[in-house]
Amino acid sequence: MKLYHITNNTAAAVAIADIPVVDYVELYNDLKERMKDGNYHVAHYFATEISEGLKFYIILLNDANGEVLISSFVPDYYAEGLASLTALHPQFHPFEREIHELYGVPFDSHPWLKPLRFSHDRRNKNSSMDTYPFYTIEGDELHEVNVGPIHAGIIEPGAFRFICSGEQVLHLEIALGYQHRGVEGEMLRENNSLRRVVISESVAGDTAVGHATAYAELIEKLGDKRVDEDLYLERMIGLELERMAMHIADTGALATDIGFQLYQVACEALRTVTINTTQAWCGNRFGKSLIRPFGTNHPLTAAKCELIRKNVADVRRRYAELRRDMLEDPTLLARFEQCGLVPHVEMQRIGGVGQAARASALCRDIRKSHPSGYYATKLSHEPITKQDGDVMSRLMMRLDEVWQSADYILRTLESYQPKGELSAPDYFAPLHADSLSFSLVEGWRGEICHVALTDDKGQIAKYKIKDPSLHNWLGLAIAVRSEGISDFPINNKSFNLSYCGHDL
Amino acid sequence: MLIKLLNTLLMIVVALSITGVINRTRALLSGRKGIRFFQHVYNARLLLRKGAVYSPTTTALFRIAPCVYLGAAIMAFLFIPVANLEPVLSFHGDIVLVAYLLALSRIAIVLAAMDTGSSFEGMGAAREALYGALVEPALMMGLATFALFCGYSSFADIFSTAQMFDTNITIVMLLLAYVFLIIMIIESGRVPVDDPRTHLELTMIHEVMCLDYSGIDLAMINIAGWLKNAIWAMIAANAVSVVVCFHWEFATPLAILGSGITIGAIESLRARNKLSRNTTYILTIVAMSALVLLTGFLLYQNIDI
Repeated sequence: MKLYHITNNTAAAVAIADIPVVDYVELYNDLKERMKDGNYHVAHYFATEISEGLKFYIILLNDANGEVLISSFVPDYYAEGLASLTALHPQFHPFEREIHELYGVPFDSHPWLKPLRFSHDRRNKNSSMDTYPFYTIEGDELHEVNVGPIHAGIIEPGAFRFICSGEQVLHLEIALGYQHRGVEGEMLRENNSLRRVVISESVAGDTAVGHATAYAELIEKLGDKRVDEDLYLERMIGLELERMAMHIADTGALATDIGFQLYQVACEALRTVTINTTQAWCGNRFGKSLIRPFGTNHPLTAAKCELIRKNVADVRRRYAELRRDMLEDPTLLARFEQCGLVPHVEMQRIGGVGQAARASALCRDIRKSHPSGYYATKLSHEPITKQDGDVMSRLMMRLDEVWQSADYILRTLESYQPKGELSAPDYFAPLHADSLSFSLVEGWRGEICHVALTDDKGQIAKYKIKDPSLHNWLGLAIAVRSEGISDFPINNKSFNLSYCGHDL
Repeated sequence: MLIKLLNTLLMIVVALSITGVINRTRALLSGRKGIRFFQHVYNARLLLRKGAVYSPTTTALFRIAPCVYLGAAIMAFLFIPVANLEPVLSFHGDIVLVAYLLALSRIAIVLAAMDTGSSFEGMGAAREALYGALVEPALMMGLATFALFCGYSSFADIFSTAQMFDTNITIVMLLLAYVFLIIMIIESGRVPVDDPRTHLELTMIHEVMCLDYSGIDLAMINIAGWLKNAIWAMIAANAVSVVVCFHWEFATPLAILGSGITIGAIESLRARNKLSRNTTYILTIVAMSALVLLTGFLLYQNIDI
């Protein structure tokens, strides 16, 4: 029996009827073996309410050949619990926890069946943040340090509970959910595509372009209209500008956390140039309003192209100087090297994505494995990877990716002759009925996956969002094990995960 | 009497200026204009006008601590001469008293931090106590070297007899100045040992112990910090001026600029130590101090080296 519908990231939306509805036990047995292969990882796994109860969808990615495997099942879960996949493959943990939290589905032998984000529509309203069941270890020599949820500075809220022996961290547990806004529900509240794309831009404020691109691509797969090739090019430039800006900002933030003023101020200046370039293009420093479905309100003109080229070339040159100095600075290397190790095998087990995974030699990059748009047609992206999986590797990923992104922008703009006008956004395009559409976009932080189900009238009936942070928060918890507690901030900054992207 | 007054005034100038020089150096090195030179003084004035807020978990210990902290610092401050001038207070053996007045102020603030019951402050107190204990041998050996050369054990006497020193102790004095400068960095919680600007409680040492203080208490702690800076900077400057030009007109600007610019530059141009490396860093200074004492002793014995 066929277990999966196989598609890829450039094909049109899948008719729900084409997705096999399988027996959970068979799927479980298949996944048990299949996920041992490091090329596979889970992109999304969620449940949706249907008349007979719940229908589960699972989307797997094969990084080796670009296949996307989609399967579904309708279990009789009230009779017996579902066998937990997390017990075998920890990368399923956020998905199973979410399903459990929303619908009360029991997962047998799940090792960590705790609330994920305390969503408004959770099943058990008695479970609250105040009663989060933190893990504890008994011992006279141990002490617990609670950080948060209110952040001392300007960062978002999240509760971190450390169990320490002296200065050494034995265990870190991260409880999130304080930023929950009900984004997925808001996406469905009104049938208004403009509203949805604006909400997408706010899923994670630092990934406005990434999430908006994910929404636009998802909608375009559900429509019949052809999209201009030049639009893909301009989106690529938007995404890479965002990647440059955020990587430069993180480089500066890492310097701040070790009290290194010189690199901090240098990076702050470069980031300003980069985000101001985005502002000159679309009127918003974070690229909001840049990405719209089926078209754009801000087509590049020759003058804007020239401005972007000039600024990006300037940033690249100055950042390269910074990069050279940073890689040679002994005091900086002493802080970052061999700190916060996440070995390759751990990163794979937890299903890490994005630049954090690539820093641990786990080459997960949607631009390479499941390219879409301009990445699929014109750009052959070669991901950068690092071997060590420490803070230094994660910093070096940024140092190198800024260069690479700048290179893509400069190379593309060199030969690009902007028409000066592109099709206007279309918020009313008819969508395929009874379909499942997904989009995969490599945001600066990693793999963004949006999934939508449409009903028989072509209206979106279910919208699921996954920010890469969902996978990677566990990576941070692993990184700080046995590190000094005072090195937690640089580890946190080296991942720089999103709270609101996780909490939705 | 007038000399004592001048001495105190100069020390106050040093105390108020060092932070300003540090801030200005940092700003210039990062290509910025920087805040007002005496901004920290304005900030302290603002804090002094405010009342304090106390956590209900704290006891009287917490409220007394800033007074002890500042009081001990003022006492120690009054023993320090500016080059050839005379300090307000002086008696035989006061170098030991100064060292332990500073230790007393540390104990007060450590106990107050523990009193809050906060896990952050507990960690900060543990770190402060450890580093304080480690740096003390360096301080005592440094002071012992001074005492060795002149046979006196009060700051005033040491530096008043300093003109008798011959030139072959130059190296010892310069090294001593270096040792006291590093002690200043450690004691005042500056990069690379601590970072006074960080907002990350988990990495703080001194700052985290003051997290629960506000208003007038916080101002007292900050002022005590300036006074301590002045003590270390002036001892280091005196050590240099003994061999260069033993006059207050030379020693005062040296204390302000020497320590201010050095610390400002270090803070701009290098990263903080990993916390676990701080102990090694401090022990290096202890070793250095021991070396200075040994070299000083050999020179004192007129052994030809």
